[in-house]
Amino acid sequence: MSANARSDGLLLGGVRRLGSAALFFVQLLIACVPALARPRLLSRQIYNAGARSLIIVMLSGLFVGMVLGLQGYDLLQRFGSEQSLGIAAALGLLRELAPVITALLFAGRAGTALTSEIGLMRATDQLTAMEIMAVDPLRYVAAPRFLGGVIAMPLLTAIFSVIGLFGAQLVGVQLMGIDHGVFWSQTQGAVALHDVNEGIVKSLVFGTACSLIAVHEGYHAAPTAEGVGLATTRTVVASSVLTLLLDYVLTAEFL
Amino acid sequence: MRANPTLEIGTGLFVLLGFAALLFLTTQLPASGVKLGAAKAGYHVTADFDDIGDLKVGSEITMSGVRIGEVSSIRYDSKAYKAVVRLRIDPQFTHIPDDSYASIQTQGLLGGKYIGISPGGSDQFLKDGGTIDQTQSAIVLENIINKFFANYSSKGSGDGGGSGGSNTMSKDMSPQSNDNHNNEKSNNPPSH
Repeated sequence: MSANARSDGLLLGGVRRLGSAALFFVQLLIACVPALARPRLLSRQIYNAGARSLIIVMLSGLFVGMVLGLQGYDLLQRFGSEQSLGIAAALGLLRELAPVITALLFAGRAGTALTSEIGLMRATDQLTAMEIMAVDPLRYVAAPRFLGGVIAMPLLTAIFSVIGLFGAQLVGVQLMGIDHGVFWSQTQGAVALHDVNEGIVKSLVFGTACSLIAVHEGYHAAPTAEGVGLATTRTVVASSVLTLLLDYVLTAEFL
Repeated sequence: MRANPTLEIGTGLFVLLGFAALLFLTTQLPASGVKLGAAKAGYHVTADFDDIGDLKVGSEITMSGVRIGEVSSIRYDSKAYKAVVRLRIDPQFTHIPDDSYASIQTQGLLGGKYIGISPGGSDQFLKDGGTIDQTQSAIVLENIINKFFANYSSKGSGDGGGSGGSNTMSKDMSPQSNDNHNNEKSNNPPSH
């Protein structure tokens, strides 16, 4: 299929890929219903997509939070309002940084694994074998992986936010000497529930987009070693660009 | 598929951690949430203010710029039409005269509010449950600007208008100045 898409030229090929992804999305959503009835299959994919990305997400969150603490402190103390550091860090993390960076990390860590796994299944005719045995590979292979990503993403984002906030607190309170009580009371005073919701909605959308791209690229990869490699690269590029694009749209929606 | 304990435990831990993080974000972070951490040691005194500005629970209390405690609760007394602020003072600061003077001040130009306490001359010290009687409300920047423009426009256009306005303003800004002259000097920065 992707060999055909390439021969269509850049524009038509792009439109065709988009259309095939949209159709695949609908098929996937239908296949998700029976996939929910197989919790063990799903939990394995949540483990692959979520638990295995935990270390990288937590480490990144800590350092993003600490950098936010340093930069925010330097900027805010020029206006004598370094006490608002907690607000800046919390809102920045909740609304933007946590969903976006988690999605980018997810695309690199879990998305590539999904694409190459499914692509190799395609290349080694495992998917075809399933079809011959009257097992729907969409239902058995693609849907659990897609759902696993969609479920894992908001959880990863929440963990990123919390760790990042403590990173900012570490720098602001322990290193720079902002009062602990003031840091948290200012933060609690300024953060509303809809800020948290914005992060959750964003992470759900990004999780859907990144998982869909990863599964779609793998499922439709050219059944060669080169094809799988190409599909993996496309997953990272398309997921990253789409995440940033959707982020702008969603931010405009929420503000 | 066979049951795999490691996998299930790993997934379970991840989901648990994720939901714990979500719970923290939704309950602890917004102001509607429960207060973080256990009650700290120290003793409590109360002070009534006409206007507390955007003073919040957790705001600092300082003496001579040194942190001595934090605001532990704020409520509104509907009989006296005043804000009742409960202050938690750290246990080591026991020597605060009971005629001390509490004023709400601003950190920097736009920073958060905090309570500054200037010691009085009494040899009786504040105890747990005591009250600080002499207080000065928050200076709200908008009110000052409003007052300034009201004065300015009532004087009409002229050279003396601006300076005349600021003179009246400095009188208006220190309503407690008759109560305690010593403290008034140390608390109100000269307004030019």
